[in-house]
Amino acid sequence: MIQVYDSVIVRTVAKLLVPFIQVFGLYVVFHGAKSPGGGFQGGAILGASLILLRLTVGPSAAGNYLPGRSALRLGAGGVLVYAVIGLIPMLNGAAFLDYGSIPLPMLGAARHAVGIELVEVGVALAVSCIMVSIFDDLAPALRPAKMSQGKLT
Amino acid sequence: MQELLATRLEYWMTGALMLVGFYGMLGKHNLVKQFIGLNIMQTAIILLFISMSVREGGTVPIIEAGVPDAVYMSPLPHVLMLTAIVVMVGTAGVALALIIRIHSRFGTLEEDELIERSL
Amino acid sequence: MNLHRWAALAALAVLFMTASTSLPPLRSGDAPIRTRVEPYYIEHVVEQTATLNIVSAILADYRSFDTFGETTVVFAAGLAVYLLLGRREDEAQ
Repeated sequence: MIQVYDSVIVRTVAKLLVPFIQVFGLYVVFHGAKSPGGGFQGGAILGASLILLRLTVGPSAAGNYLPGRSALRLGAGGVLVYAVIGLIPMLNGAAFLDYGSIPLPMLGAARHAVGIELVEVGVALAVSCIMVSIFDDLAPALRPAKMSQGKLT
Repeated sequence: MQELLATRLEYWMTGALMLVGFYGMLGKHNLVKQFIGLNIMQTAIILLFISMSVREGGTVPIIEAGVPDAVYMSPLPHVLMLTAIVVMVGTAGVALALIIRIHSRFGTLEEDELIERSL
Repeated sequence: MNLHRWAALAALAVLFMTASTSLPPLRSGDAPIRTRVEPYYIEHVVEQTATLNIVSAILADYRSFDTFGETTVVFAAGLAVYLLLGRREDEAQ
């Protein structure tokens, strides 16, 4: 069975670095329209930060998010976000995923930009949560315990 | 011959890497080694496509606002390979899960013993 | 390893070497992808999508249906791993 890596230096450095990794991951997701990046890249960085926490600090660390089965459900939520963004133009009679018909008060090209950003958020949510879910299923000893009165289990 | 080498060197190098991966899948009897061969082969294909996107004198395919007629490298292989990388991760997860279940059911990961025991 | 596996590997090597000579030479300026497919994207991406990253625009706007299918593939992989490994953990509790 896989165990937490038993070293003070690794644990301390991981605890220091993980907030910066997560902020950088969010930056990569939301700046995907202007710089290299996007949903898949940022989602991989966010998922890797959570896996780093599970491997070095252990399942009972503070900030060790996605306990129990919530990673799989949030991953499904990412696919749902993508599908909802695609279905909104169909309410106005346009095609599926036609960002030009999203009912927002702006020009055509800006609507495309908004649609791209929202879709990238859905993709990043799906990719990061599914990466954490696959890791939790492969190494169940490192999975954080279910919250007893939590909402996401 | 030298011109052929100069224009197609990346194809041959990534092809050699892909053949190394194929050797791992065909020639090894352990399931984990076959999985590593699969991973090497997928990485070689991704490298092959990315190497096809290079253009001489080109820059990163992100439009710079100030330069009107910059030469950009091809963005299409990057798009296709993003999907390929994520499929790689998904395939690796399912393959490792299958390997864990096979080991817990049969106790071994050698191909010959598995074929004997499952018949 | 077996003889037919070595033969398969050698056939793959020969096939790849001969196929690579018919692919367009690298860094050439007149492959069909350069003259017909790319210039449309590079010219029209700012006026149609208002994003500067051509790769993100192609991935999330011009070819967003493929990205939708691919996100579904990611979720299916996570679901498959749960069905293979997570059920025994649920029964054990």
